[in-house]
Amino acid sequence: MTRRIREWAPALVVFVLVIAVWEGSIAAFHIQQFLLPRPSDIVKTFWTARHTLWPAGWYTFKEALGGFFIGSGLGVLAATIIGRFRNFGTAIMPIAIAANAVPIIAFAPIFGAWFGEVSPHSKSAIAAVLCFLPVMVNTLRGLQSADPRQIELMRSYAASELEIWRRVRVPTALPFLFTALKVASVLAMIGAIVGEYFGGAFNALGVLINSDATIFDFVTAWAGILVASLLGLALYGAVVATERAVVRWAPDTRDA
Amino acid sequence: MRRAGLVAAVVLVLAGLWELYRWIWTSAGWTWPFVVDNTSMPHISTILKAFGQPTQVNQPTLINLLLHKALFTGREAVVGFALGAAVGFLLGIVLVHSRLLQRGFLPYIVASQTVPILAVAPMVVVWVNPKLPTGLQGWGAVAVIASYLTFFPVTINTLRGLSSADPRALELMRTYAASRWSVLWKLRVPASLPYVFAALKLAATASVVGAIIGELPSGLQSGLGGAIINFNQYYSFEPQELWATNIVAAALGILFFVCVVGTEKLVVRRAPENAG
Amino acid sequence: MSERPVVEIRGVTKTFARGNVTALENIELELHPGEFVSLIGPSGCGKSTLLRVVGDLTPPTSGTVTINGKPARQAREDGDYGIVFQDSVLFDWRTVAKNIALPLEMLGWDREKRKARTEEMLDLVELRNFADHHPWQLSGGMQQRVSIARALSFEPALLLMDEPFGALDEMTRERLNLELLSIWEKLGSTVVFVTHSISEAVFLSTRVVVMSPRPGRIAGMVPIDLPFPRTVETREDPRFFELVTQVRELLRKRGEHLLPEEAAELL
Repeated sequence: MTRRIREWAPALVVFVLVIAVWEGSIAAFHIQQFLLPRPSDIVKTFWTARHTLWPAGWYTFKEALGGFFIGSGLGVLAATIIGRFRNFGTAIMPIAIAANAVPIIAFAPIFGAWFGEVSPHSKSAIAAVLCFLPVMVNTLRGLQSADPRQIELMRSYAASELEIWRRVRVPTALPFLFTALKVASVLAMIGAIVGEYFGGAFNALGVLINSDATIFDFVTAWAGILVASLLGLALYGAVVATERAVVRWAPDTRDA
Repeated sequence: MRRAGLVAAVVLVLAGLWELYRWIWTSAGWTWPFVVDNTSMPHISTILKAFGQPTQVNQPTLINLLLHKALFTGREAVVGFALGAAVGFLLGIVLVHSRLLQRGFLPYIVASQTVPILAVAPMVVVWVNPKLPTGLQGWGAVAVIASYLTFFPVTINTLRGLSSADPRALELMRTYAASRWSVLWKLRVPASLPYVFAALKLAATASVVGAIIGELPSGLQSGLGGAIINFNQYYSFEPQELWATNIVAAALGILFFVCVVGTEKLVVRRAPENAG
Repeated sequence: MSERPVVEIRGVTKTFARGNVTALENIELELHPGEFVSLIGPSGCGKSTLLRVVGDLTPPTSGTVTINGKPARQAREDGDYGIVFQDSVLFDWRTVAKNIALPLEMLGWDREKRKARTEEMLDLVELRNFADHHPWQLSGGMQQRVSIARALSFEPALLLMDEPFGALDEMTRERLNLELLSIWEKLGSTVVFVTHSISEAVFLSTRVVVMSPRPGRIAGMVPIDLPFPRTVETREDPRFFELVTQVRELLRKRGEHLLPEEAAELL
């Protein structure tokens, strides 16, 4: 227990300090309120505007979640299929990595045209595409990095390809998969919100933040950003928790 | 040379798949996942032809226009990349020397990426622009936004890379009574290079994405972001223009990526483990 | 030692690099039930390759291997032997107990039998208290014991061991030697043991097969007539030293073309 506290204490201290400085300097230097509102105001609005903000957040979160699962699921599937064909896999890797360099965000309006500008599906689509590649690339790499000696051991047991897959390749790939899911979880939410910039339901978080910023209601905009951030962190946290439960053997290879 | 051939093959295959999908869906009349017609999926040929035509009467051709915009966005991305990479690298160096600082700040560095940059962008623009010299205004703020997306992977990976130095090598340096500075530059930094380059590859893409996203709320017309918004409005009439823009944006992203990969091959003469 | 041999190696030749490297040339060897045979020789003599040919992990270029009257491939598919590598090659994601049970799962044993046998094996290698630990929580020696327990879990008649104690310190090694012998005596298996260490080979075996490199050949054999059970005292027995010297001489003589570094390698 004390170790946990020691681990988190510095972060807590930093948090308190930053908030204090933020709040203080705004008062002290009369920084324009409309640019950087006081944390206390943001939190207040976070609470008072909750009837609009929180459901909006949930709506956008659902878009992100849908995209997250679809994209990650397809990524795992693709990796599994490609993983069966060793040569194809090695050939495809550099292409997949380069494909990751394409700014998917630019396709947001096209997804809007396809699935309906206002519809949540277009946002889920963006989130899904953003999640697909990191998950596929990392899972594939995990599947390919199985220890050859372990595979040889399995051959000494006359194991079939399927058994080798089940007992060696999949467990080896799991840590890689979770690393990718951590990245994907953050991308999904971002993708959904960026998608909403190009049009979305009026009760979607991204749209709300945008319209608030447009009318210079930065306090509410920041409160909305707070909601978005918390939700993104929640998804990330959920992935981390799942990882702890599933990948119980990794001796602390936990990194961000 | 074989690489170029492979790339060309991939492009051709993709174009082929596009047309095939189009043909199957239009013939069968399927409407899931979305309706396929000349607006939602223009022919490849239409898109390619559009490159050569002007968007409006007496204007330069589309390809001309897009290249200029790509240059504009590219500049923002390069500056954002450089800025973000520098900040990320420095942060990594500072953090590797103090476990305490790591525990204090890492959670926020990670959390920073959950803040939807698009939402923060307008405020950044309003805040940064007045502080910049006139020549840098407008696109300078976008570069800052691009750097926001860039610094994160670089920080995390620099930290990991610097920490990855063999503990026995560190002990060896201790026997030479090496200063922190020498340990850093003679041991940690070289050890970190594969990690840093892996991050730079991600950062290259992130900087382009950041630049495009940053342009959206800035109302800047001269970049690809502006083009996307513009052509989006005319999408139902001239879908191929938006597609052409996207192709150019994709090419820009890939170009950046390839540049980083090329630089890596020059600087680090063996393949790093954690690519991508 | 009369019955039919457990392992028959006939004219086994193994070449690599399209015939340019001859790892093994015309190996003829018979192993009888209950023997403990060590293969020893300098690097490149093919001892590990021979072990892997016997285990059907790599095919011979020519020649045959028969185990229990079956071809090596059949023997592998029937689970007639267990193998222990120098690296314990345990699965990080399984507990010690589940690692030991791996071959049993592969053979389709039901849960009850698996549990019972795993517990027997844990007792055999004295790791009962670590059943639910993960490999990374164990020392090298303990990991190797798990590897041995795993190899023996399904009581194969034949045990193939490729320098299993090579990565361990001398004291752990000597202790594990004793444990291995007691397990061997209890189970009555036939063992083929590859090693770099002359004293280990002499201490453990009923017969030491000396191999020479380039091409890999059997240079000679030394029957070890030390009495069983062997103990710490056996290592101080004059007869022990005589046999060690015999093996060493054989290695030196037949390995005339050894480089000085390689000769120094041998204890």
